[in-house]
Parts: sequence; C-alpha cells; structure tokens
Amino acid sequence: MVNQQVHIGEPKATLSMHPKKFALWLFIVSIVMLFAALTSAFIVKQADGNWLSFKLPGIFLLNTIVIAMSSLTMHLAYSAAKKDLLQRVKWMLLITVSLGILFLIGQYISWSELINENVYFVSNYASGSFIYIFTGLHGLHLISGLIFLLITFISSLRLKIHAKNLLQIEMCMTYWHFLGGLWVYLYVFLLFNL
Amino acid sequence: MASTVVDEHIDHAVEDHAHEHHDNFITKYIFSTDHKTIAKQYLISGIFWALIGGFLSLVFRLQLGFPNAQLEWLRPLMGKWITTTGKLDPEFYLALVTMHGTIMVFFVLTAGLSGTFSNFLIPLQIGARDMASGFMNMLSYWFFFVSSVVMFISLFIETGPASGGWVIYPPLSALPQAMSGSGLGMTMWLIAMALFIVSTLLGGINYITTIINLRTIGMSFLKLPLTIWSFFLTAIIGLLSFPVLFGAALLLIFDRSFGTSFYLSDIYIGGEALPNMGGSPILFQHLFWFLGHPEVYIVLLPALGITSEIIATNSRKPIFGYKAMIISMLGITVLSFVVWAHHMFVSGMNPFLGSIFMLLTLIIAVPSAVKVFNYLTTLWKGNIIFTPAMLFSIGLVSFFISGGLTGLFVGNSAIDIQLHDTYFIVAHFHLVMGSAAFFGMMAGVYHWFPKMFGRMMDSKLGYIHFWISFVGIYMVFFPMHYIGIAGFPRRYYSFTNFDAFSTFVDLNAFVSIAAIITFAAQLIFLFNFFYSIFKGKKAPLNPWHSNTLEWTTPRLPGHGNWPGELPTVHRWPYDYSKPGAKEDFIPQTVPLSETPESNLQHEAKIVAELKSKVKS
Ligand code: HEM
Ligand SMILES: [Cu+2]
Repeated sequence: MVNQQVHIGEPKATLSMHPKKFALWLFIVSIVMLFAALTSAFIVKQADGNWLSFKLPGIFLLNTIVIAMSSLTMHLAYSAAKKDLLQRVKWMLLITVSLGILFLIGQYISWSELINENVYFVSNYASGSFIYIFTGLHGLHLISGLIFLLITFISSLRLKIHAKNLLQIEMCMTYWHFLGGLWVYLYVFLLFNL
Repeated sequence: MASTVVDEHIDHAVEDHAHEHHDNFITKYIFSTDHKTIAKQYLISGIFWALIGGFLSLVFRLQLGFPNAQLEWLRPLMGKWITTTGKLDPEFYLALVTMHGTIMVFFVLTAGLSGTFSNFLIPLQIGARDMASGFMNMLSYWFFFVSSVVMFISLFIETGPASGGWVIYPPLSALPQAMSGSGLGMTMWLIAMALFIVSTLLGGINYITTIINLRTIGMSFLKLPLTIWSFFLTAIIGLLSFPVLFGAALLLIFDRSFGTSFYLSDIYIGGEALPNMGGSPILFQHLFWFLGHPEVYIVLLPALGITSEIIATNSRKPIFGYKAMIISMLGITVLSFVVWAHHMFVSGMNPFLGSIFMLLTLIIAVPSAVKVFNYLTTLWKGNIIFTPAMLFSIGLVSFFISGGLTGLFVGNSAIDIQLHDTYFIVAHFHLVMGSAAFFGMMAGVYHWFPKMFGRMMDSKLGYIHFWISFVGIYMVFFPMHYIGIAGFPRRYYSFTNFDAFSTFVDLNAFVSIAAIITFAAQLIFLFNFFYSIFKGKKAPLNPWHSNTLEWTTPRLPGHGNWPGELPTVHRWPYDYSKPGAKEDFIPQTVPLSETPESNLQHEAKIVAELKSKVKS
C-alpha cells in the first residue's frame, strides 16, 4: 500500500461509468438525431406548402396511455429487482411486454384509421407520408426494445436479476423509457404541428 | 480506494492473458476482436479502396486531358462503357466521378482513416487493454466490409453504378428514367451507405465509450494526446450527423421505390408529367449537407490529430498551445453543425439566410487558423527531424493553408455565385480535405508502422513518395483554380465543346499528366508498405523517441497490449526538450518524483506535497 502510494497519490483514477450503459446512451443519442432530422424535415416541408392537414387518429391518445403505463410497470419491475422481490420482477416485466405489444397493435390500427380518412403513405402530400414514417420507424425501434425486454424477462426467469445484478434491467429500463418518451415527443409534435 | 482500482486492473490483466492462447487463425486474423487487428483490416481495406478510387479518377482525367485519345485499350476492363468509336461513354463519365467521390470521402478517408487510427491508437494511447466492446468493434468492421462488397459489385452491373454525384441530389438520383445510373446502381449505393452508417455508428459509439471510460490511472482529459482528442470529437460529430444522412437516405428510398413525394415535384420527362407532387428537392440538400459539412471535418480532424502528434515529436518540442488546440477542435466541432447551407448559396435560398450562414462559415476559419498557427509555432526553432511521417505532416499543413484560404472566397455568398460548382470548388476541397486528410493518413502509416507491424518502413522510398506526391498534388489542383475562375463547371464530360475554354486544353493535359505521375508515386508506397511488413528492418521499441503510451508496449503487443499491469500516467504527452532533463523526451509514465532536475515550479510543489503525505 505504502510503496504504491508514492506512485498513485498524484495520478488519479479516471472518472468512469459502466461502458455498456454509456454505449446505450450514445445509441440513444443517434436515434434522437434520426428523429430530430425527420421532424425538422417535416417542418421544412410544411413551410414549403402543398400541405394536407388532417385529424390525428384518435387511438394515438389511447396508445400514449398504454406506453406510459408500460413505462410505469417497467419501473415497478426495476424497483422490485432492487428489493429482491423476484416473483414481482417477472410479473412486471411480463406486463410491460404485453403492454408493448398492445401498443404496437394500437399503432397498426392507427394506420387503418388513417386510411379510412384517406391519408395514405404514397401520396402527393408529405404530411401523410411523414406520419407513416414516424410511426413505422418508432415501431421498429419499439420492436428492438421488446426484444431487449424479452431477453431481460428470460434472465428474470433464470433468477439472474436481483439487487446485486441490476445492470441488465437498468439498461432495459433506460431504453424502454426512452422509447416511451420518444413516442410522447412525436405525438405532441404532431398535435402541435400538423 | 486506490489499491482496489489497481487490483481490478491486475485482474483484468490476468484474465486477458488467459484469452490470448485460444486464438486460432480465424479468430486471430479474420473475425478478430483485437483492436489492433481490426485497425489493420481497416487500413488494408482503405488502401484497396484508395487504389480503386484513384484508378477511376485517372480514367476521367484521361478524358478531360486528352479528349481525342483512343481509349480502346481500356475495353477489356470497362467493356461497353467504351463506345464503338473508342471513347468514354459520357454517362459513365458521371458514374466515374460519383464513385470516385463516394469512395474517397467515405470508404477511404472516413473508414480507412478513422477506422484505422481510432481503432489502433485509442486503446494504446489511453492505456486500455482493448475497446469497450471488442465484439461491437468487430461488427463495425464487418458491416463496413459488407457495405464495401455491395458498393464494389455496383461498379460492375449492367446499368452502371450511381451517377448523380457523391451528393446524390434528387430528382436526378431518384428517377431511373433520368439516367441509367439512377436505377439499380443507385439502389445499391443506398444499401451500401446504410450499412456504412451502421458501421460508423457502431465504431463511433465504441470510440467515445472507450475514451471516456477506459483511460488508465492518471490519464485525465488534459493529459490526453491530441490524437485522442481529435478521434473523440470526430466520433461525436459522426454520431450526431450520420443518423441524419440515414434519415435523408430513407426518405429517398421511399421516393424511389414506393412512390412517395418527399423530394419530387412537378417533373416532366419526355413531355410527360410524373404523378409526384409537392416534394422539395431542397429539403434533401438541407438534410444531406447537415451531414455533408460535418463529414468534411470527420475526414479532416483525425488527420489534424495525427499531425499534432507527429509534428511535436519530430520538432522535439511541446506542441504549441495544447489547450488552444483542444478549444479550437471543440469550436470546429460545434460550428461544423451550423454552416451547412454554405453549400446551397445558389439554391435559391433567402439571401438574408445566406448572409447568416456566410457569417458562421467565416467564423469557422478562426479555429482553423489557430490550429495552423500552432503547427507553425511548434515547428519554429524546433530540432526538426525530417522523417517521412514528419514531411507528410508538414505537407498537410501546407495543403490545409492553401485550401483553407480559398474557403474564405467560396464562403462569401456573393463570390460563391461565380465560383459555385466550378473547378474552383474542386480545387478548394481537394486541397483542404482530400489531400490534407490523405497526407495525414500517410503520415500516420509511416509513423505508427513500427507499432503495427514491428518493422520499419524504408525511409528513402518514403522521401521519394513524399516529394512526388507533394509536388504532384499541387500540380494537379493548383491549375484548377484558374479553370474554375474562368467559369468551367465541374462534372462536365468535355471541355472542348465550348470555345471559351479551348485555351485551357493544354492546362488540362498538364493536370492529367500530373495526376498520372502522382498516382504512380503511390505504387512506391504500396511496395514499401507490403515489403516492409515482411522484410523491413526490425523496429526498436521507441523508434521516434516519443512520449505516448503505445511505445511502452512490447515490439509486437499481444491481445491486451501490456503484458503486466497497465501503465500509469504522470504527465502530459509533450515533455520534449524540457530544460534540465537528461534526455530530450520524458515518457508519460515517468513520475515527476523521478525528474526533479526538470520539474517546473508547480510540478515540484506537487512532488513535495506528495512526499509529506506519504510521511504522515
Ligand atoms: C476556412 C474554412 C472553410 C470555408 C470558409 C469553406 C467554405 C466552403 C464553401 C462555401 C463551400 C461550398 C462552395 C460551393 O459549392 O459553391 C465549400 C465546399 C467544400 N468544402 Fe470548404 N470551407 C472551408 C474549409 C473546408 C475544410 C477544412 C474542408 C474539409 C476538411 C472543406 C471541404 C469542402 C468540401 C468537400 C466542399 C465541396 C463539397 C461538394 O460540393 O462536393 N472545406 N467550402
Ligand atoms: Cu461545408
């Protein structure tokens, strides 16, 4: 200890976060940039004219509530894991997965609502096409989130998630909250800008 | 506290060593997760692409320099793209220009440069055993590889590769009716670039994570070599801008293959109107250049970082203005995101907006100039050692100055009306980006070759390579300024159709000959490179008497880089020719307490404080 100190006293250990968590945040940044680009494209396009305004599918509101609830259950799963309530972790994760799937189904229904209103992906009005792009791309990311959730759920079945092993469920939670937040952003964006 | 940290590192060391013995040929050389091997894979792929990209440019230079020449002899290679009269097919000319740009910008100077040196140097210079995720790193290379394969195949398809310019502006790139290259070739271009973006993001996320989290003890941000700073900021720029290109490409894909109208409107082909209405091609330009301009710094910054390191080492002087360098790079990083519309001054945008972008553009010249002055002041009164790497670094500074100065011209929205899309622009960006970054890459190869392959490259051949390239590049690009000021547009098949430009016939021939010579000089490098890998002189451990950590590894570092403990860092990397010191360099691993004779006042104070702490 002492002879080490001569060397160590001055150079300090460098600050650091868990590399995997950190990488996840960077991944999230890249997704943010993708949607930032698309939503600003939406605004630029809107300023250009030839714009079709229409009512957003009513089911969006319902879906928003569903995804918010799934964020809540995700959080409950995490706090259960922190308290070593393993049974509860499993249940909460399962509910989160189901709510996620429900959300996807809801988004799919929203597409048929759009079609009923004569808003098509392939059309001369970019506003319509953009909605499909937003929901579709967000849906794809949500599927990746669901896969992550399922992997975490399987780990929980194997009792690998507990107070001393939180990394996976923490990362899963970060990603899932982000995807929920992303949807809320898109929804509010559309509410105000369409 | 401190001892637990140390223990942890030792644990890693033991663990990593256990791994080393399991490698077989495939895991060692092909699907390797070792950052050093991945770096070499990137380097070799980059060299491969540089040869292809260079060759394409020779073909269109032949056309421009010798419009009447018979190109029949190229037929075995280019098939039907040589017309029956022995001329280059005009549409294929456009394909050549497009693929040359795409290959050089993305595959050589982004993947080849960042991929090689970020991968190789980040762990070695920050004192880490490998990247944060070796697996992701491997994935990054293989995405790049598949992307390369797709792009390469697209060169040989029936309808030809993408031809709408490396910026792929719609509607030209969106409509197969517009040109044959916008058919399958363009589709493959988009697929290849999508894969490329995934690869870049995987790589970049890894670089950033590694630099922030895996620095060894003592390696604070202000002790990082400038190379690492530049790779770090480059990766951040990439992380923020490539997703935007992805978005732009996605919308283009939908316009091309699904019939949406994001970018298309009011188009008549052969008198017939297309159904697409309401799209905006300007939207694409905004999205493209939001990546496109940062991309030029993605290409340039790593080269500048490499140069900082090499110039300091070979001037035997601390880099001048270390912090100013960091601040300039930070400034460039931020500003590079707010100048994109200077590529669109003549797109019909609001002139007021134009002057805002002009202002921002000219501001970016300030940090660029700070960097140049710092290089010059580092060289000033140094004990300069002219290694080939040093020559290439000085060459970079020269190109950066002469190309940067023309940036001030084209950055003016009024002057740009005359210069936009002429050969003046070609001259500008080939000097400041193309040649400068290429020289940075070459400098890096000459400098770190001993660490990569454990052998030295031949420096005589290096000098010949340098002088021919340096003079050759100026001979190629300097005349282009005049051709451009005279108004000749870029991407035109032929000069000779316009009387106004017939005075430039000789100059164009001159440029083409210079290009051929410059290309030929690269074959010298190629020989030197591959010969030295196998037959070069064995390299000493620290051939350039450099301070950074990579030179404390064994001659051929294994997986894990340092056989024992990770090194500890006690000082910044630029203690060259420190007054009072025994030698003219003090590696970063030497504690201050061992160099009382050269410590500065504040350093001596740190040592004294330490001693009193140890006693108590
Ligand atoms: C002093 C700083 C600089 C200024 C003010 C500047 C300004 C400009 C402007 C206004 C253009 C557009 C000209 C046109 O198309 O009409 C341009 C083109 C370009 N610049 Fe710069 N530039 C600077 C430095 C750089 C640097 C450092 C790089 C690369 C590392 C670079 C790479 C390019 C490229 C690649 C293009 C052309 C892209 C294309 O149209 O194909 N520039 N520059
Ligand atoms: Cu630019």
